Amino acid sequence: MPIEYFGLKQISGPLIVLEGVENASYEEVVEIKIDENTKKVGRIIEIHGDKAIIQVFQGTEDMSLTNTSIKLTGKPMEIGLSEDLLGRTLNGIGKPIDGLGNIYSEKKVSINGKPLNPVAREYPRNFIQTGISAIDGLVTLIRGQKLPIFSGNGLPHDQLAAQIIRQATLGSDSNEKFAVVFAAMGIKNDVADFFRKTFEESGVSSHVVMLLNLASDPVVERIITPRAALTIAEYLAYEKGMNILVILSDITTYCEALREISSSKGEIPSRKGYPGYLYSDLASMYERAGIVQGGKGSVTQIPILTMPNDDITHPIPDLTGYITEGQIVLEKRLHQQNVYPPVNVLPSLSRLMKDGVGEGFTREDHQALANQLFSSYAHVGEVRDLASVIGEEELSDVDKLYIMFGKAFENQFIKQTKFENRDIEHTLELGWKILGILPREELDRIDTVFLDKYYTSNKE
Amino acid sequence: MNAEGKIYGINGPILSVIDCDSFRMAEMVLVGEENLIGEVIGISTEKTTVQVFEETAGLRPGELVKGTGTSISVTLGPGIIGNIFDGIQRPLKDIQKLSGYYISRGIAVSSLNNDKKWDAHMTVKIGDQVSGGTIIAEVPETSVIIHKVMVPPSVKGTVTSVKPDGQYTVNDIIVQITDEAGNTVDLTMVQKWPIRIPRPTARRCPVEKPLITGQRILDTLFPIAKGGTAAIPGGFGTGKTMSQHQLAKWCDADIIVYVGCGERGNEMTQVLEDFSKLIDPKSGKPLLDRTMLIANTSNMPVAAREASIYTGVTIAEYYRDMGYHVALMADSTSRWAEALRELSGRLEEMPAEEGFPAYLASRLSSFYERAGYVETLNKKEGSVTIIGAVSPQGGDFSEPVTQNTKRFVRCFWTLDRALAYARHFPAIQWMTSYSEYLTDLEPWFEANVSPEFVRYRNEIMKILHEESNLMEIVKLIGSDVLPDDQKLILEISRVIRLGFVQQNAYHPLDTYVPLNKQLKMMEVIYYLYEKSLLLVNMGMPVSLLREDDIFERVIAIKYNIGNDELDKLEDFKKEIDAFYNRLYDKNA
Repeated sequence: MPIEYFGLKQISGPLIVLEGVENASYEEVVEIKIDENTKKVGRIIEIHGDKAIIQVFQGTEDMSLTNTSIKLTGKPMEIGLSEDLLGRTLNGIGKPIDGLGNIYSEKKVSINGKPLNPVAREYPRNFIQTGISAIDGLVTLIRGQKLPIFSGNGLPHDQLAAQIIRQATLGSDSNEKFAVVFAAMGIKNDVADFFRKTFEESGVSSHVVMLLNLASDPVVERIITPRAALTIAEYLAYEKGMNILVILSDITTYCEALREISSSKGEIPSRKGYPGYLYSDLASMYERAGIVQGGKGSVTQIPILTMPNDDITHPIPDLTGYITEGQIVLEKRLHQQNVYPPVNVLPSLSRLMKDGVGEGFTREDHQALANQLFSSYAHVGEVRDLASVIGEEELSDVDKLYIMFGKAFENQFIKQTKFENRDIEHTLELGWKILGILPREELDRIDTVFLDKYYTSNKE
Repeated sequence: MNAEGKIYGINGPILSVIDCDSFRMAEMVLVGEENLIGEVIGISTEKTTVQVFEETAGLRPGELVKGTGTSISVTLGPGIIGNIFDGIQRPLKDIQKLSGYYISRGIAVSSLNNDKKWDAHMTVKIGDQVSGGTIIAEVPETSVIIHKVMVPPSVKGTVTSVKPDGQYTVNDIIVQITDEAGNTVDLTMVQKWPIRIPRPTARRCPVEKPLITGQRILDTLFPIAKGGTAAIPGGFGTGKTMSQHQLAKWCDADIIVYVGCGERGNEMTQVLEDFSKLIDPKSGKPLLDRTMLIANTSNMPVAAREASIYTGVTIAEYYRDMGYHVALMADSTSRWAEALRELSGRLEEMPAEEGFPAYLASRLSSFYERAGYVETLNKKEGSVTIIGAVSPQGGDFSEPVTQNTKRFVRCFWTLDRALAYARHFPAIQWMTSYSEYLTDLEPWFEANVSPEFVRYRNEIMKILHEESNLMEIVKLIGSDVLPDDQKLILEISRVIRLGFVQQNAYHPLDTYVPLNKQLKMMEVIYYLYEKSLLLVNMGMPVSLLREDDIFERVIAIKYNIGNDELDKLEDFKKEIDAFYNRLYDKNA
């Protein structure tokens, strides 16, 4: 019979301090009762002898030093797992909120997960076709990759994620089992509705697990949401052999929740007030993507992150970029020019692309073509800078072609509609077509063999 | 009797332990029922502070903390090369056998395989005087590495018994000696050494030999010496890890110690896969036969991340003591520094710059100082070269880890975002990078490659430098208004950038280029410059020169001419002469 403790020593923000505890363990979950009727859940985050600091998930409203009783459960934070989770909607800590009753669970597992042994991993190599030229052509998504979308407020990152879900899942004609785990951390109700509608319209809702912690929901729960989601994803992938796409939105809100808790604990802050362990904490989520040897399933992560003030050097995008295998960066300038998806390809990168494209995967010329597009488009930026000083008229003839190439690249290659699904051949052909604007001598990243085979000059 | 205390407080990986005051600093301790591995990092009369190298969830106050009487050490002996370990030298493959895909905690595995029998050839006989470093046996560890079993540094005496050559496990006693006090000391193939203490050597030697990497921009423009130190700072996506991989694959060290410190799990998997497939061009054997890996990925416990680079450098020193040239790649030292910061924060220490502890600089310097070219205790020459990647926050090189690293390394290879965005790799910025070894290594290059090597190198550097100055003007007014000799500088710089500095790691020919081809390439490019300059001085515009395809053909040398077809490069000079004559006849 677990002991019940009455009364508290201190309440500070989302944290409470309990004294005189016996046998409490680190990271243990506790049940909290207020006035004998309201129930809440908390977790021990620090212990000093008989004093425990507890993080309360549903907020500390109504709690006083005397009206609260606490029961230790003896277990870390766990979530029940079963295939019945598919098609269900849960709250931020994994309890069903769709009114469809409880979920019978096959087993219960700690949400913290364990680090995947690097020798047990399989290096990801399988290309996922998203039907979006900017991604397929230049920032290829690979099964088992973690590829975040770096976005800003007011940019269509949700639409882009939705398009990836629609086209990547349904475009695949193999018999492999696909599922989506969607974790919302402090996102707006409208956004959650948008995703729910997307899942319904594209007919995948029976293959989606949604975990919703909305902007109005308790902040502390946000710390749990992505971990619960990833625990479900790992279970479905490695034990049930499914290919799982995990969408985490929004990482920035998650980090802010972490900062809030850290500051109420009185920890020493590092950059911009975020705790010193932000890197390790983010890594413990992102590194849960991958493929294991001999397993059939995979966990692919697309975290969405709104860069505060569109600043890519802000600690959150910065640390994320150091952990994830690349990033897709969205840009306001393109968005204003009505280019969808507004992907700024220059800072965008897919680290796994080099091993997942080319002969046997996509097409032999893919990598060379991508390198040339990157290189030429980088030069467009320099020419545009020059043109803004001396005027477009004064540019050399070659540089004028670069200006044309830049426009074509943005308006024909990058730009497409929200329901346009281009296959990889189409994307590559389009790439060659716009490279045709430039004279052949300018294409210094492509082997002459490919130039002979694919290049045709296109001087309009 | 070892010290024993009880857990009082738990905060992440940091524990406070009471009821005991006899722990020693840096002692290894076993924590709780699962015997998690920890290290003593602070002692006061009231409590001892311990950092735990494994996940601490579930620990309770009152659980026992047991001392082991020894510092955190590595186990040194045959079986290290070709293996992959975690930050405290536990073999990950053995962990996988015990706990599957995931790394569970409290797994007791020994660092080296205790059952495997190694072929040992004894190199001492009864009556020999031996001291620290004396080689007592030779064991073929892999197809390319002979492991030399040595007397531990502090031991000295006379050999009293020697086993015959044959097969032994690492723990079999192979030699017995009597020390000066008359005690018998049993020697096996293994010895232990605390990771935070440098292994002793006879003396340090000056560095005068380059570590040849086969990467043109490094070997010619910014060379590193064997026994030297280098840092590769760069924001994310600029190619730090790729550069480290290239160095680990192609540099001419005997042994590579690759420390993946707080980086991605998939990258370590890739190194394992690639290195077991790739063949070392010098030995003809798989690269894994000369490589050992330490993987503490970013999601593995943070305290072990702090320990991982010390584990790596201690192993590197051990092989150096056998007379090998060892190169240590640490990717990334920023993660290690952040681990320090995280632990320091948990200890509530007063932070210095950006939350990093005040001892960041001294820790960095003592790590990099463990590099060096030395005469070992057994009078051989060996070296440890340290190449550390730095991941500056926000790509800003003025942050504390980059700045403090810069003070203690002598090669600084800065990776540039603009180059990486244009997919110019390696994205090493030639204007901001430097090597202080240039003058140290000049005599070697002159004696072993060519007396002209350094001259060409300086000319190439000068052209790149001039280009950078000209680009300031071009940015404002365009290149059309420049005089033709300056336009030529831009054109030749383009040839240097695309044809020489840029190197394709995925191209079978271009991924590794020997020094003599590097020299010839510089020679051809410089010859092209000289001849073109003559034409320009005659009043021919650069646009006319550019109509000839010679520039593009020189750029394509790296792909079209094999590493052993140097005579073809000599032919190129004739083609440049032909180009000169063509233009001369037509226009002069």
